[in-house]
Amino acid sequence: MIGDRFDAIVVGAGMAGNAAALSMAKRGMKVLQLERGEYSGSKNTQNAILNPEVLEGLIPDFRADAPLERRLVEQRFWMLDERSHVGLRYRFHHCNGKRPDRYLILRTRFDRWFSAKVREAGATVLCQTSVTELAQNRTGRVIGVRTDRQRDIIQADVVVIAEGVNKSLATRAGFCACPKPHEVALVVKQVHSLPRRIIEARLNLKRDEGVMIETTGTISRGMSGMGFIYVNKDCISLGIACLVSDLQRAGERPYGILERFKRHSSVLRLIEGSEPNDYSAHLIPEGGYNGKPRLFGEGWVLVGDAVQLNNVVRHEDSSLAIASGRIAAEAIFRVKSSGDPITPDCLSVYETMLNQFVAHSKKPFPALLHTRPENFRLTHAQLIAKAMENFARLEGTSDAKQDGPTSASFLSSCGWSWSVRDAFRRRLLR
Amino acid sequence: MHTVVCIKQVPDSAQIRVHPVTNTIMRQGVPTIINPYDLFALEAALELRDKFGGETTVLTMGPPSAEDSLRKALTFGADRAILLTDRCFAGADTLATTYALATAIRKIGKEYGPPDLIFTGKQTIDGDTAQVGPGIAKRLNAMQLTYVSKIQTVDLAARTIEAERRSEGGVQVLRTRLPCLITMLEATNQIRRGAMRDALRAARSPIEKWNAHNAGVEDISKCGLKGSPTVVKRVFAPSARAQKAVLVEAAEQPERALIDEIFRHQPKLEAELAASARDS
Repeated sequence: MIGDRFDAIVVGAGMAGNAAALSMAKRGMKVLQLERGEYSGSKNTQNAILNPEVLEGLIPDFRADAPLERRLVEQRFWMLDERSHVGLRYRFHHCNGKRPDRYLILRTRFDRWFSAKVREAGATVLCQTSVTELAQNRTGRVIGVRTDRQRDIIQADVVVIAEGVNKSLATRAGFCACPKPHEVALVVKQVHSLPRRIIEARLNLKRDEGVMIETTGTISRGMSGMGFIYVNKDCISLGIACLVSDLQRAGERPYGILERFKRHSSVLRLIEGSEPNDYSAHLIPEGGYNGKPRLFGEGWVLVGDAVQLNNVVRHEDSSLAIASGRIAAEAIFRVKSSGDPITPDCLSVYETMLNQFVAHSKKPFPALLHTRPENFRLTHAQLIAKAMENFARLEGTSDAKQDGPTSASFLSSCGWSWSVRDAFRRRLLR
Repeated sequence: MHTVVCIKQVPDSAQIRVHPVTNTIMRQGVPTIINPYDLFALEAALELRDKFGGETTVLTMGPPSAEDSLRKALTFGADRAILLTDRCFAGADTLATTYALATAIRKIGKEYGPPDLIFTGKQTIDGDTAQVGPGIAKRLNAMQLTYVSKIQTVDLAARTIEAERRSEGGVQVLRTRLPCLITMLEATNQIRRGAMRDALRAARSPIEKWNAHNAGVEDISKCGLKGSPTVVKRVFAPSARAQKAVLVEAAEQPERALIDEIFRHQPKLEAELAASARDS
């Protein structure tokens, strides 16, 4: 047995784990954080969008030194067919002030910085240390963790499980089930390095301005999924996310879809001449907040991706993970400072606070994407592209006349309003 | 037994690239590691400490960020870590480096007891000189055993050590007096995992930082760039030499066809050979 006893042990040093550890350490609690990777962020592959509001609550002056890639000033939506794309741009000038409202971040860099703040706040951060087991006593109460560094238990009053989407420790302890194929999407992603000036010229950006492109259409071959392109300081990352169950059913290989996406003429021109320097895959939870597992129990709370508190459509899972970590920390501190023993009854304040937060952030947390995926991704994308082609081209040129529906016949067949609503209902009509 | 292990934080050479224009090493964003050879030295020192008791002190010279490598050494189980960091040490070659390290080791001796053994790796992966270890020994007037593959026995009472040293012809078994500096060969042991206790201590304890003054440096002109007579004349990346092989077909006089083909690719060569033939 290790002589030390901690107020809290945080398992994992991603967004949720770091937020929880920082929050508790700042309040003077004795915190141990354990991370499997060489450093916080070393195993992370995400290109994320950071909502500063959540982080400001923890680190008010984060803009001074946080590794922020670019401030997001524009989002583009592309509907792809095989040869073309129909696009929509949303540029928001009102957010370009001194305190921009969203940033693009590369998690590898960002998490490392975040972790330094956790250390500064006084938490003990141990990397390259895997938690092998949540240690439970005879009544099932979590009393600490075992690590691969020694068999003995490191004890704590409460364990914050921030282990990510796979939930393997929590699953083994019997607190939840491991994610099902229809609850998780597989992201395959590649990072392409390019000189800053070339990136800015290709995407029509001023210095520090960032853009994100989301694509849908034939690229996912009818599966629930979408492509994305993030534009960072000196690299462009692009990838594609599909539900694991759909990949299974379709028998598609994720890297094959990514290669097709990269070869699409609209995408290719963005990354031409670049140096690919990073290839990764990751699971993201798609179950939706309503399908969340139990959030707390005897001596433990669950935070971050494991809670399925993601919002893929708004790309804010990172910020939501921070929020869940912070709220869990606040709840634990509240219980702790009341002097009561930490029982599930007390910890339920975490779920109450989290529900309040979710309800408070006005917009709902949808599960994934779309209700009629096949139509939307295949037929509509092609029809819209075709209609645009017919509309834009001169009569009598090329093969426009010979096949396919005209824009008029397409519109009469399903109607613009329906199809646009269908396409962007989650985005525009909320 | 007091052992001092000198380690160096180096860029991970597996991830390093050379700038195509300036030929300099692009260090930016390249992760740093403890020089892999130094880990064999550290493990050898820790094994002796476990056997004979005493302490292992880890010493490095470098920028403030070298603290990471010392913390890692503490995680493996070293008892104490000292970072020698000062702007005046910057740009040091092996002569200036050994001066600074030897001075610091003398200071360690005063503060924490004189070291019986000093360890280094056989060389670093970024400098590859293998001079720093022997240089320290020379400056401290200590014995030195280089390329050691195994420490057989240490007799603290008689103050002797016996070790196996790999040489070109085979293995030498050598005995010498303490204090002694040992440069450890690779693949001679396996660095330990590091117990939880040590990992916790490493994460929490502050690293002792010494500047030139604290380390007891008296002559600043022997440090850093000023104290380094080595001059880098030119840096270049060797270009890939691989060229496509040419298949020469010749039914008769293959040597003639071969020479013609060589001369065709090296037009100057024929004239030069002819000229040198005339001269001789």
